[in-house]
Amino acid sequence: MSATWIAVGQIGIVVLVLAAAHRPLGDHMFRVMTSTRHLAVERVGYRVMRVDPDAEQKWSTYLLSLLGFSLASVLLLFGLGRLQDRLPLDIGMAPLDPAGAWNTAVSFVTNTNWQWYSGEAAIGHLMQMAGLAVQNFLSAAVGLAVVAALARGFARSGTDGRVGNFWADLVRGTVRILLPLAFVAALVLVAGGVIQNLHAPTEITTLAGGTQAVLGGPVASQEAIKQLGTNGGGFFNANSAHPFENPTPWTNALAVVLMLLIPFTLPRMFGRMVGDRRQGWAILAAMSTLWVAAVGLLTWAEMAGPGLAPAAAGGAMEGKEVRFGEAASALFAASTTMTSTGAVNSMHDSLTAQGGGVALLGMLLGEVSPGGVGSGLVGMVVLIIVAVFLAGLMVGRTPEYLGKKIGRQEITLVALYVLTMPAVVLLGSALAISTPAGLAGQLQGGPHGLSEIVYAFASAGNNNGSAFGGLTSGTPFYNTLLGLAMLIGRFVPIALVLALAGRFAHQRTTPEGAGTLPTHTPLFVGLLVTVTLVVVGLTFVPVLSLGPVVESLS
Amino acid sequence: MTTVLRPHHSTGSDTVSFARQTWAGLRVLLVLTVVLGLVYPLAVTGVSQLLFRWQADGSLVSASGEHATSADDSVGSLLIGQSFDGPQWFHSRPSAAGDGYDTLASAGSNLGPLNPDLVATIVERRAAVATEEGVDPEDVPADALTASASGLDPDISPAYAELQVARIARERAISDEDLRTLVASATVGRDLGVLGEPRVNVLRLNLALETLGS
Repeated sequence: MSATWIAVGQIGIVVLVLAAAHRPLGDHMFRVMTSTRHLAVERVGYRVMRVDPDAEQKWSTYLLSLLGFSLASVLLLFGLGRLQDRLPLDIGMAPLDPAGAWNTAVSFVTNTNWQWYSGEAAIGHLMQMAGLAVQNFLSAAVGLAVVAALARGFARSGTDGRVGNFWADLVRGTVRILLPLAFVAALVLVAGGVIQNLHAPTEITTLAGGTQAVLGGPVASQEAIKQLGTNGGGFFNANSAHPFENPTPWTNALAVVLMLLIPFTLPRMFGRMVGDRRQGWAILAAMSTLWVAAVGLLTWAEMAGPGLAPAAAGGAMEGKEVRFGEAASALFAASTTMTSTGAVNSMHDSLTAQGGGVALLGMLLGEVSPGGVGSGLVGMVVLIIVAVFLAGLMVGRTPEYLGKKIGRQEITLVALYVLTMPAVVLLGSALAISTPAGLAGQLQGGPHGLSEIVYAFASAGNNNGSAFGGLTSGTPFYNTLLGLAMLIGRFVPIALVLALAGRFAHQRTTPEGAGTLPTHTPLFVGLLVTVTLVVVGLTFVPVLSLGPVVESLS
Repeated sequence: MTTVLRPHHSTGSDTVSFARQTWAGLRVLLVLTVVLGLVYPLAVTGVSQLLFRWQADGSLVSASGEHATSADDSVGSLLIGQSFDGPQWFHSRPSAAGDGYDTLASAGSNLGPLNPDLVATIVERRAAVATEEGVDPEDVPADALTASASGLDPDISPAYAELQVARIARERAISDEDLRTLVASATVGRDLGVLGEPRVNVLRLNLALETLGS
């Protein structure tokens, strides 16, 4: 079998598993988010937490609950980081400095998991499991909640704008979807060699007579939700390239499946919640088209190995592990940047110029293919509204989607959503390249140095978390600025989309007429993919030209 | 007048302040932290230690090549690469983790594909490996010339293992054939025929080498 067919077979296995899980998991999530009943354990929880899970909230209250919860999360995580040396299981780690603790708190609460620190040198076991892993669950559950609220907005007609109950959505997403899947995945990972213990590092004498520390930690429990929740924060610095996080090719394939699982399945839940499964299939088709294209391009780039260093070595193996090789590294790199995961099993800074460019583009597409848990589907729905609006302008029809008219205020919210991320990425990058503190972070100058900086802000603004690791970002300048970028990139779009959900829930649903543009046809999927590429293209072509494009041509 | 979607529920919470929501958020967070941050990881730890104790503790091996139950009795983990510098060993790949295979500093080089320093390093490594193994520089495989992503890569390619056979046979006075049998037994193919790449675990190989020598 040729190397190409082996690479195709590898992608095929991942696709088959995802396809098999699509209906059952999508239907399960639909039932969870529409059920009126609480599990016994949830009822006990609500009583202890003293929240009313049955009080329907208007979009503004839903948003306030979400923001209040996130603020509490940031504060707790900041406190854990500052005080970790005084808590149990600290394994001798020092407290994080204020800028570092702020960056990490925001990073994990916003589902970004950008890491300026090296896990094995900075974070104790308690902070990992009771701080970081908890937010791996909860930031993903927040994403699920926002999708559910948006879907209810479309499904409801002529109400006063209530979109569900945030606390119930949060708890159900966690208890009935994320926790059971993560538990099973964690045990499977341990069987594959991922460690799961509470040991501190132990120094041993190696076979050749050197010394090496054997590390411990609750890694598998964190690894499972790190992928499933599209979080991506590694227990160790090398993230999913570390053999204790990702020991074999099959754990690697499992990691890819886990990060794609919920984002690719949410269209099914959405389709059923809005009462038209065809809409879900159309979204899935657009997401898949972009993902397949990115995987194909990145795999081609890494296997062909263009560039001076890969040519000198006879293969693009710098920053890659032997057990994965070029193809499994490329599959992972495309999937982690097209979702909002940001875990890495190869060092993206050392990807070929073309491969690194695709990874960067995957994030700049706004992570809609399939995107993060929740945020991906929401981003796609926003782009659908843009596509419907454009089509409406072309043929002179009133744009509508799922029976909701897209008026001036709706399109204003959508436009602000589309502009937020590029503003964060471009303004942040501009600030960094025009200040000495920003330029000081580059490992390499020239086009690659620009790519390092743009990649960092693209990663933060899109809540991805992967990095061109050469950039020294553990400075007060980058920790503060990237923290702000993550915060704006997460909560401004969420606020806008909840406002949109509220307006839709309020609006009466217009019955489908002869003049309605069908949004489930292949033609519309093509339009949607084009709109996604054009919106991003027009925004980022200049900066991409100066970075990866120049590098590819030199 | 508001429309109550589910008539049996109260809906008077629309005007609550952000501070009250944050307070509620903190209560929810604390309960969920106990479940997700303590019960969940400890449950996974408990079940793992029961079912997969050796893997959960890091796949440790003793000097005789058997599974070790504690780090103190082991020479390392089969999953974590080690430095093997002497001519009597199968060498591991170049490593950017600390001074090489430092588990407290897992890392790649992060050097880009056009970086002149990286290109120069690769050219130097190619010459050095070719000299040491007495082979044509063109025959040195890519994994012998590049630093891995983690700096802890436990594996080398079968091609790099084969390249080192002649030297080790000479150093240890073992026949090439015995050595090739050893390499073959430490070689693992792709999972399910298509996942990842074929590879040779260097620690496993060198452990077998020691057992053979004694």
